[in-house]
Amino acid sequence: MKVLLQPVIGILAMNVPFQPPAASTIAEGVDRLYLVLSGITVFFSVLIFSIIFVFMVKYRRRKEDEIPVATHTPLLVELAWTIIPSLICAVLFVWTAAIYVQNGRPPRSSIEVFVIGKQWMWHLQHPEGPREINELHVPVGVPIKLTMTSQDVIHDFYVPAFRVKKDVLPGRFTSLWFEATETGTYHLFCAQYCGTNHSEMIGWIYVMSSSDYANWLAGGEKSESLAQLGERLFSQYGCDNCHASESNARAPSLVGVYGRPQKFATGETRVVDESLIQQAILTPNSVRLPNYQPLMPTYQGQIDQEQMLELIAYIKSLGSEERKGQ
Amino acid sequence: MSTEAPAEPAVNYLNASYGIKSWLLTLDHKRIGLLYLATITLMFVVGGLAATLMRLHLVEPQGALFEPETYNKMFSSHGIIMVFFFLIPSIPATLGNFCIPLMIGARDVAFPRLNLMSWYLFVTGCAFVLYDTISGGVDTGWTFYPPYSSLYAQSHVVAAALGIFIAGFSSILTGLNFIVTIHKMRAPGMTWFRLPLFIWALYATSLIFVLGTPVIAVTVFLLGLERLLHVGIFDPAVGGDPLLFQHMFWFYSHPAVYIMILPGMGVISELITAFSRKKIFGYSFVAFSSLSIAVISFIVWGHHMFVTGQALYAGLVFSVLSFLVAIPSAVKVFNWTATLYRGSISYEAPMLYALGFIGLFTIGGLTGLFLASLATDVHLNGTYFIVAHFHYIMVGGAVMAYLGGIHFWWPKICGRLYPDMWARISAAIIFIGFNLTFFPQFMLGYLGMPRRYAVYAPEFQVLNVLSSAGASILGIGYVIPLVYLIWSMRYGPIAGPNPWKAKGLEWTIPSPPPTENFEEIPIVTEDAYNYPAIEPHAYPDSQGVASV
Repeated sequence: MKVLLQPVIGILAMNVPFQPPAASTIAEGVDRLYLVLSGITVFFSVLIFSIIFVFMVKYRRRKEDEIPVATHTPLLVELAWTIIPSLICAVLFVWTAAIYVQNGRPPRSSIEVFVIGKQWMWHLQHPEGPREINELHVPVGVPIKLTMTSQDVIHDFYVPAFRVKKDVLPGRFTSLWFEATETGTYHLFCAQYCGTNHSEMIGWIYVMSSSDYANWLAGGEKSESLAQLGERLFSQYGCDNCHASESNARAPSLVGVYGRPQKFATGETRVVDESLIQQAILTPNSVRLPNYQPLMPTYQGQIDQEQMLELIAYIKSLGSEERKGQ
Repeated sequence: MSTEAPAEPAVNYLNASYGIKSWLLTLDHKRIGLLYLATITLMFVVGGLAATLMRLHLVEPQGALFEPETYNKMFSSHGIIMVFFFLIPSIPATLGNFCIPLMIGARDVAFPRLNLMSWYLFVTGCAFVLYDTISGGVDTGWTFYPPYSSLYAQSHVVAAALGIFIAGFSSILTGLNFIVTIHKMRAPGMTWFRLPLFIWALYATSLIFVLGTPVIAVTVFLLGLERLLHVGIFDPAVGGDPLLFQHMFWFYSHPAVYIMILPGMGVISELITAFSRKKIFGYSFVAFSSLSIAVISFIVWGHHMFVTGQALYAGLVFSVLSFLVAIPSAVKVFNWTATLYRGSISYEAPMLYALGFIGLFTIGGLTGLFLASLATDVHLNGTYFIVAHFHYIMVGGAVMAYLGGIHFWWPKICGRLYPDMWARISAAIIFIGFNLTFFPQFMLGYLGMPRRYAVYAPEFQVLNVLSSAGASILGIGYVIPLVYLIWSMRYGPIAGPNPWKAKGLEWTIPSPPPTENFEEIPIVTEDAYNYPAIEPHAYPDSQGVASV
């Protein structure tokens, strides 16, 4: 009984929220578009419902044998109701595409956080070293770029308050960025069905003022940065034997390769990104450079997803140091 | 036109022969239609029970009834059964099978044996899926995304996939049969542009059946191979690509949405004209919009994958195409509405379903714009907004049209009338219950509640309870017709050949029709929906409507 009364009580107390919190730089633009689309939906629904209602009353059958007046189909009318909706759709498309393209690229100043999804938890790694499970602490007003991959099935990183969502896939990296505008605590949901406890693969995003965030970073256990951890792995697995930074003899130097186009032995040219580095570690011969022998062994099954992220962070840092030096 | 006969014809397709064998070995398209009707009604009941239990479970945030694992199996069974074993065959296999030869003036479909075979294939598919449900169920969702479905799920994925694979052949054969029937079996004088629009809609649907279904067959076949032999095509660890599955799956499953809704649109064109005694407004626009929907539906699948990391430009192309597919649907709604203008409108139950369809389909279609639109789709994808949107199309649209069609042709099918008052009441209950169930889900989706959640955040409870309350009303609305339609088969008043005074060849023959349909093949001399009308002298032709 209590359960049945709840909605009534809830509505009376106006306890039903109509809008999720809007706490990122893009939320406002998305909400405005949502509002306009809702307006269009209401307008056309009401228009059609009222026309039908008027016709229903006005042209109801009064006598069983009445004969209605013929109407013909003027081409102009058909064209009008084909072209007008098309124009509305065209305007909507341009508007939504503009927002989408604008939101597509993270700003250069973004802090990069790595995300690993696995059944059924979120594992997050800050560049400074702190790791979190199902929680992410971020400073307000700073763009955050998430570089995400999955250890098992497909997941999806969804923060309704930021209006952002992106699938998290095994075997490749996807990315997502946001800039929080309000401090507070916001839901993190997995939005791609991933098995038994999918609905418990949830967490919280803590948006903090920059001073709180600095305190939080300082307060945690002291740990090395991701790139430092990666550097240690780089020598532990013997990568530096061939990929030494100053030598190009047996294998190419990895300094500065990240983010640049590279021509491979297969003839294709690809920009070196996270997915490509991972591919090079797991199946080296598929992305061999033209002038080198296929000497590198595969590391499939030896390196777990977290170590992979550390190695990638290290290789990326090689690039940025070189660029700083220039 | 034959005159109204006071009594049922002495010999008709229902009593021409007796015994279970006469049904199981029948080649009569009308009996095969009824075999399908019985089969999909059973599947609808099973899928509906799963939905009822899900809604009950969701009245409490921590879940009222089941473990998450059981809940996951519920929504998977609900989706698989309702999509592949109810909605896809619903109107084409029952009403299509029953009506196509009657409406085009033929004695049967082009390949009666193939028709029976496709029913047997369908029943085999159903058997696999029911076995699967009883033996422990499948928990992948109806979308079967790998690598979860291929490597991680512990449930009976292969049996379900096999069921879909087999039932797919039933779709292909039915589509093939309809295409050939419509091309080759039309009565003399029944030109393409004299065809009832229901036939146009089924023709467009059949094209999708034949062109699209092989793709889903290949897709689930590969999934089965992957699961049994681990060939690796969808497994990134050995160089496969899990997104390849999604491309292949949606290449069929988006057109499949139109397999579900196009026949419904065809039914609505029949109902609106019959109950307003008017020629359809813009015949050729309605006919060609069916074909253009069928064609465009094949190139919009990427809008299911906007958040998968799909390339920016691919996203833009799929977005613009998805907006485009909305236009022919809008054209249909406008033409149906304009058909009512200056009609002689009556409100028997089928017409109530038709008007309900227009309302719900309008909302369903317009909310589709939110999902064609990239920026809003990113937020709404994978939430209850999607659930609400496609239920407005598939339940508010396709199921309303199916029920409207069943009520419209029921007197033809069994020669008896059902109690119209009960039918009107249940149409109203369904309309109200449906909106109460699914409207709150739009709000839930915008608030950010993801779909397929067995437990959820407490702030979503109020709307979930509202939705569950609506579902119980909706459930009652579906039970009532089941009762009175079965009752009417034996006890309903005799209908006569044309109780609605509708146009169309099927209404010129006795109800129930004789086995051979037409004693003599009719010669068609007039357009579809040629209801008597007075020429408006007050207005010049072209301004009749423009002056509204």
